[in-house]
Amino acid sequence: MKNVYKNQMRLEFSSKSTNENFARIAVAAFATQLDPSLEEIADIKTAVSEAVTNCIIHGYENEEGIIKIECKLFANSIEIEISDNGKGIEDIEKARQALYTSKSNLERSGMGFTIMESFMDELRVESVVGIGTKVTMKKMIKANEVVTENEIKL
Amino acid sequence: MKVDYIKEEKLLILRITEEIDHHSCEKIKKRADYEIEVHIPKKVIFDFNNVNFMDSSGIGMIIGRYKLVSLFGGKTSLINVKPSIKKIFEMSGILKLIQIEEEIGGTEFEKCI
Repeated sequence: MKNVYKNQMRLEFSSKSTNENFARIAVAAFATQLDPSLEEIADIKTAVSEAVTNCIIHGYENEEGIIKIECKLFANSIEIEISDNGKGIEDIEKARQALYTSKSNLERSGMGFTIMESFMDELRVESVVGIGTKVTMKKMIKANEVVTENEIKL
Repeated sequence: MKVDYIKEEKLLILRITEEIDHHSCEKIKKRADYEIEVHIPKKVIFDFNNVNFMDSSGIGMIIGRYKLVSLFGGKTSLINVKPSIKKIFEMSGILKLIQIEEEIGGTEFEKCI
């Protein structure tokens, strides 16, 4: 019964930078069903923004492409899967290192994966060169438990 | 972005008024670089009062401007940074180079608030 989700949604959009804002707001809006704290929402928005930006500038290198987001809500967590059919990552270990960037000319800080890792509770990166990249993140929503406790007291 | 320049103090205040991501950064960078190159300020303050969201694009953006300002011998600092954004700056380590100021001295600055 571990993998039974309460709700799910799927999004597909063009790899345009204007959609970074749309993507993080859409996921945050969906996540509100779990009654997260403002901090948890901010963490989710930042992580989604990082992942979508990666698809645009690394996966598709600013060429036209499709980015997919799939979200699942569990009792007290959200799972977010963000994927592209772009060029893929040759060395995932290296890409995940803090401060490493393959695009230093674009003033990228190399903090994308580090932020996803520390703002979310789980991060999995799968990639095949020439096929694409899929990032799966999970965030536990703790505020939900507190509310339930209060309700019991009342 | 709203821009204030205080000539007497050679102080340039760049008030960012949008969410900072890879998309908005390009516009902010262009405008900030233009203002810095025109004024050659002694000090540049980035005001984050109206910034409710920033991802790692903001780190690169601030480092890039810091380098430019330093090239002309100027200093860079940040004010009114919200906790969620401060968390990102702290992680990046750039606060060793660029300070977050709580309050800004100088009467001229107060006038323009």
